[in-house]
Amino acid sequence: MDLRFSEEDRAFQEKARAFIEENLPADIRAKVRGGLRLYKDDYVRWHRILAKQGWLVPEWPVVHGGTDWTPVQRYIFLEEQARAYAPRLVAFGIKMVGPVIYTFGSQRQKDHYLPRILSAEDFWCQGYSEPGSGSDLASLQTKAVHKGDHYIVNGTKTWTTMAQYADKMFCLCRTNTDAKFQEGISFLLIDMKQPGVEVKPIRTMDGSQEINTVYLTDVRVPVEDRVGEENEGWTYAKFLLSHERSGIARIGASKAQLDKLREIARREPCGDGCLLDDEDFRREIAQVEIDLHTLEYTELRALTAAAKGEPPGPEANVLKIRGTEVQQKISELLMRAMGYYALPYLPEAMEYGYNEDPVGPETAAPLAAYYFNMRKTSIYGGTNEIQRNIIAKMVLGL
Amino acid sequence: MDFSLNEEQQLLKDSVDRFIRENYDLADRRKLVASADGFSRDHWRVMAELGWLGAALPEDYGGIGGGPVETMVIMEGFGRGLVVEPYFASVVLGGNLILMGAVDGLKSALLPKLADGSLQLAFAFAERQSRYDLFDVETGAAKTGGAYRLNGQKGVVLDGATADTIIVSARTAGGRRDKAGLTLFAVDGAAKGVSRRRYRTIDGLRAAEITFENVEVPADAVIGAVDGAMPLIDDVARRAIAALSAEAVGIMDRMQSLTNEYLKTRQQFGRPLGKFQALQHRMVDILIACEESRSAALVATLRLDDGNASQRDKAVAAAKVKIGQSGRFIGQSAIQLHGGMGMTDEMHISHYFKRLSMIDTLFGDHAYHLKRYPAL
Repeated sequence: MDLRFSEEDRAFQEKARAFIEENLPADIRAKVRGGLRLYKDDYVRWHRILAKQGWLVPEWPVVHGGTDWTPVQRYIFLEEQARAYAPRLVAFGIKMVGPVIYTFGSQRQKDHYLPRILSAEDFWCQGYSEPGSGSDLASLQTKAVHKGDHYIVNGTKTWTTMAQYADKMFCLCRTNTDAKFQEGISFLLIDMKQPGVEVKPIRTMDGSQEINTVYLTDVRVPVEDRVGEENEGWTYAKFLLSHERSGIARIGASKAQLDKLREIARREPCGDGCLLDDEDFRREIAQVEIDLHTLEYTELRALTAAAKGEPPGPEANVLKIRGTEVQQKISELLMRAMGYYALPYLPEAMEYGYNEDPVGPETAAPLAAYYFNMRKTSIYGGTNEIQRNIIAKMVLGL
Repeated sequence: MDFSLNEEQQLLKDSVDRFIRENYDLADRRKLVASADGFSRDHWRVMAELGWLGAALPEDYGGIGGGPVETMVIMEGFGRGLVVEPYFASVVLGGNLILMGAVDGLKSALLPKLADGSLQLAFAFAERQSRYDLFDVETGAAKTGGAYRLNGQKGVVLDGATADTIIVSARTAGGRRDKAGLTLFAVDGAAKGVSRRRYRTIDGLRAAEITFENVEVPADAVIGAVDGAMPLIDDVARRAIAALSAEAVGIMDRMQSLTNEYLKTRQQFGRPLGKFQALQHRMVDILIACEESRSAALVATLRLDDGNASQRDKAVAAAKVKIGQSGRFIGQSAIQLHGGMGMTDEMHISHYFKRLSMIDTLFGDHAYHLKRYPAL
């Protein structure tokens, strides 16, 4: 047993840190650090910088653009990015549809779509949830009717993150209404820029519009844009759940937010000193720091086991549950740290380049919105209740 | 021992509930939040006509002669409706400062106007460095002949932009964190040297940063004792907390019933979500938190005029702790139980959640009051 990173991994960490420091644009860093609004261009810029270095998709097979890094090194790279306040890249292309295509797709799909994911020429979104199918995703109703060399798709997808930016959507559709739910689903690749696709933003309680509802009316999808076999879509969807789950606990991002919290607590006046002098607040920070520390080593244990080829256990579910709880706790402490100055709602102050005097401290503007926005983490990606069901059933046999 | 409302109080409650039912669905509220002032002057007029603005004021001053229980009834109803009119800032804060502290002349001049809706008040106390300590005041008032000159900046003044008169805590003696040496002034919002930066708050209501630059304030605008305002400020803060606790109870009640209804109607896996035991237990925990909060809030109101200061102060602090903790638990749980829908602006539930988050912060969060409780 050995806790230390190997010589190799430490050298890797330094190389990663240096690269990020030299290449992360200052304005993007400032936006992420300040909790300010990010736009498509911010994600695409960082995506392309990583792609140019060949470090965009380390977990992909080398033949498709991946690297030969170990799971621990991939973890280190994600963490270094997060701690340097690089934006967390959207998963849909690089972590979701890309792996599905290189694993199950046709040669044509691999040749056509994979390079466009790497270059960010195609920005992807995920068509899974529907108004009537959230946790019970398999019950989805969007229909794809096979007509000659096309499918005609009708239905409604919702909670579609960044659909407003998307060129493409990978979409679970029902191709067989007579079979059991899971056995009648196909995985289609849909062109968002065609008639019949309507994207309507959903405003969330924090004031942002990062998610959407997508209405599909007689949308034509060439059969050659179906991935894998008809009615096998659920298999590919489940593959995604067990595939590359590193980063699911958002350890790096939480560490960065915790750094930010300590800095804010050091500057916020409280009594005769600062908030960090307050024993109770310090204790709350200590608790979350300890929780994050234990989570980090839980993830590293899982990664090192996976690297040895051991079969996965419930780690992904555990990490999702606890990772999101820690993220939420930190967001709550950030808001509470601000006292009264968490209360003003100035959406304009959440934009990079805001030039007016802040109301209260400069860091205050996005914190309440961040607390509200983070409530989604225990809901998305499989609610924490569903995650617990999975562990209870699969691991505990209950 | 009796925890029931008397007949008039029950009528008051029914009247507030009816007003909410008829005027305050979510669409109505959205319009008010988006409006220039952030509230409806028509509603304000109706509230005055119905006697609500003067509910806790003596009849001599245009009120109906009620007290903290009437305030509690109104605030709980306003919580259920997520009312945006400046009742709390103007009546509970401003009104109590005047009622409990001003000389008769000032009371006669201001309170009837408060009751009839023609005068709106705000209380400017928080400063950049003060966090939750009401005595931490840098804004200074220098005596100049028969008047005072006010200089300083007050933060997050609730409904500060639309107030006609702003009651300001300022330092007339002592160091920044001395409890002695504070004086309250009733400042004309339109006075020379007063500038206000208005904004929305996270709950859809309004506040302002207010700067005072050499503002001339006559000596007869002093409320309470010169250098000795702290006891009055503490008294009004207690009344504020009791009122906010009542509002929070109304919010929690609604969140509980909205969520329960959602669990009965939303189906996944072929049955209503409410059939899943894990969620049933969560709903029960929400119910328990509501009941506890109601008890704590009730006692806080009932002990406001208790002669035993320790008992009174503990009841108030306990309520703020309880509703802060319960508010977070119920708020977060209700959003979670609504799933993705809970995150949307479209649903009512998130608006309740945001107001509860606001309430936890006002006049000291749950951690602040838990910390100070043992010494009370």
